[in-house]
Amino acid sequence: MSQVPADPHAAVVTTAGGVEDGPILTVDGQPLDEALARAGRRARWRAFLLVLPLLVFVLVTFITPIGQMLHRAIYNPTFSQNMPRISAWLKAHPDDPPTEEAYALLIEDLKEARKNKTIGAVATRINYDVPGTRSLFTSTARKARRLKPPFGEALLKANRKWGDPRVWTAMRQAAHAYTIDFLLNALDFTRDAGGDIVRVEPERQIYGKLFLRTLVLSLVITGLTLVLGFPIAHLLANLPLRYSNLLMIFVLLPFWTSLLVRTTSWIVLLQTNGVVNDILVWLGLIRDDQRLQMIFNQTGTVVAMTHILLPFMVLPLYSVMRTIDPSYVRAARSLGATSWTAFRRIYLPQTVPGIGAGALLVFILAVGYYITPALVGGSSGQLISNMIAFHMQKSLNWSLAAALASLLLGGVLILYWLYDRLVGIDNLKLG
Amino acid sequence: MATDDAFVVFDRVQKSYDGRTLVVKDLNISIGRGEFLTMLGPSGSGKTTCLMMLAGFEVPTHGEIRLDGQPINDIPPHRRGIGMVFQNYALFPHMTVAENLSFPLEVRGIGREEREGKVRRALEMVQMEEFATRLPGQLSGGQQQRIALARALVFEPELVLMDEPLGALDKQLREHMQYEIKHLHERLGITVVYVTHDQSEALTMSDRIAVFNDGVIQQLSTPEDLYERPENSFVAQFIGENNKLEGEVVALEGDVATVRLADGALTKALAVRVEGPGSPTLLSLRPERVRLGESGGENRATAEMLEMIYLGDHIRCRARVHGNDEFIIKVPNNSGHPPIMVGQTMPVSWAVEDCRALDPL
Ligand SMILES: Nc1ncnc2c1ncn2[C@@H]1O[C@H](COP(=O)(O)OP(=O)(O)OP(=O)(O)O)[C@@H](O)[C@H]1O
Ligand SMILES: [Mg+2]
Repeated sequence: MSQVPADPHAAVVTTAGGVEDGPILTVDGQPLDEALARAGRRARWRAFLLVLPLLVFVLVTFITPIGQMLHRAIYNPTFSQNMPRISAWLKAHPDDPPTEEAYALLIEDLKEARKNKTIGAVATRINYDVPGTRSLFTSTARKARRLKPPFGEALLKANRKWGDPRVWTAMRQAAHAYTIDFLLNALDFTRDAGGDIVRVEPERQIYGKLFLRTLVLSLVITGLTLVLGFPIAHLLANLPLRYSNLLMIFVLLPFWTSLLVRTTSWIVLLQTNGVVNDILVWLGLIRDDQRLQMIFNQTGTVVAMTHILLPFMVLPLYSVMRTIDPSYVRAARSLGATSWTAFRRIYLPQTVPGIGAGALLVFILAVGYYITPALVGGSSGQLISNMIAFHMQKSLNWSLAAALASLLLGGVLILYWLYDRLVGIDNLKLG
Repeated sequence: MATDDAFVVFDRVQKSYDGRTLVVKDLNISIGRGEFLTMLGPSGSGKTTCLMMLAGFEVPTHGEIRLDGQPINDIPPHRRGIGMVFQNYALFPHMTVAENLSFPLEVRGIGREEREGKVRRALEMVQMEEFATRLPGQLSGGQQQRIALARALVFEPELVLMDEPLGALDKQLREHMQYEIKHLHERLGITVVYVTHDQSEALTMSDRIAVFNDGVIQQLSTPEDLYERPENSFVAQFIGENNKLEGEVVALEGDVATVRLADGALTKALAVRVEGPGSPTLLSLRPERVRLGESGGENRATAEMLEMIYLGDHIRCRARVHGNDEFIIKVPNNSGHPPIMVGQTMPVSWAVEDCRALDPL
């Protein structure tokens, strides 16, 4: 600074930099920082009261359900609550094989569960772990009243499956309300008869594949929206206002039509007898019997979701690009850069906050997208959220649904963290 | 500046953005090597457009621009080798000062070591060595200006264009930077084309000034000529302070015109741009060339003092002269000047050569 005394600004900066020693006091002798804190407190309280309604709303409608979902992924009391006696015995004897006492308690619980009409839920719970055991519980419960000691033999006579160690392992696990089994299931792991964690048979490994597919398709969709959205955003940011407003309307148009209508119109366009195939046949590019399958598979999911998520890429990009002064690129050109170099080294780096925001937004939305893949995805275009919906609505295995959702949430958070490490979250610009 | 060693030539250049109006009309300038030429003119007069055509960001609608004898109409901006300082500096916000400066060297494929040396020397030149690692956003306006200047000079261009580079600075800093730019120009021997609408900036810095109005160069001459010998009313009005007297030429003898003023009085003036007896004219007279008393020259008049402002080194009087209420007289604060009082009527006089008969506005 001192080298440029002739610069009047420099002088100002140097004098302003001086710091006094010791605590500074107000005129009536209180430390300045305390006085400042007191003065700020009232304003902070008022600000807090203003956000309070929203805070309560978010807490009730968002944080709590998410917390519950996370909890449900590791907590399932169906068995331990409805079969209390055998649950207690299994917990007390973690390594012992079942004894006559255990059989007696089991029968006692079965009778009571039948009376309380909870036997179905119990059967379903064990059926998650050992498929094909639903009727084992319901039918034995029906006969339970007539079973006489010795109960071990009586049970085996009632149904031979009571001798299957896998059933007992499953009950042993289910006896604990807190369990990681659903998370294991969601990652294609299970427990063998000895209670050890093993991978499920290859043909039943579906969730891992689904997670991977969700990840890959989401990345593809993010990439496509970026490739398609970047030029549009650039055009929007540089066109005269008259035209850019019109273009903006086109970009926002998808927001004004129902998601369902948009998705259905893709079906109309892409189906085997749809517009696109008709045109291709008419142009002679494909034969009539070679019509392309473009919907009800991954292609359909990718196409429809790219279209639907495009505005989420264009808008952040546009808001960033609009603030980039065209003189930067001109300056680069005048300094000797070709237009490509100027784009790559000067323009592109300045759009990174927009790219980051758009990509993160699109990716996170895509990872959890549900309706579109359900409508146009066929079987190969389903994503993990469709599986979550299946477990919530059809199989009613809410714990597994919660476990899948928790893993999805965890994955997104990890990606968010990675993004923060690589690009920096403060680089994000959403508008 | 001799035109035969012209470095930059605008040859009958015209420019239209919309195909209906000409923003630049038939522009002809030749700029000598090492010259400091300023384009001065009111807002919208086409200065930036000329600069942009020279830099290659706008294409002339008609005519040719030559740089060092070569037509450059078809050469893209990055191959013209022209340094440019933008009004808003256009420092790349995501690069440090040093990276900004090394950018033009990198794109020219200059090796790292040589680059570092050049960047350091450029920073020294503008006395900003300590700021190499800062981002532009962390610099004050004046410091950014210096860096923008250093960046435009670091690759040693022969021609540097500056579009109102000091427009965003406060008055004091602006004056300081004017001297710095002027000194750099003298030391490096570069050719500078400078755009401003601040006339005092143009007068202090330039070898020659091109006064623009409405897409046409009104006058192209040295600062002294521009002030002392404006060739038309626009220039006389635009540069410095000026008293206007409307009248009609009654006689023309050599280069002296006899003019009948609005109040019927006759006065003599130097005929610069008059068409002949009977044509209307506007007389231009600098306030400091009017004397109190009768010793100032051949033209005499009475002035009724309307207002006085004491400015230390001179006294500025507004008076009614020949029916013009806005007539300004600057009286130097010499020990001997007669006392002036508002409401008083005094004789004033001026020399014929100091009163220029120009085109009517
Ligand atoms: N890109 C453009 N498209 C259309 N008209 C333009 C464009 N750029 C400038 N103009 C018009 O050309 C005329 C001259 O503009 P120019 O920018 O050259 O003026 P200037 O002398 O630099 O003014 P200022 O002192 O305000 O910078 C103006 O009337 C302006 O409206
Ligand atoms: Mg301009």
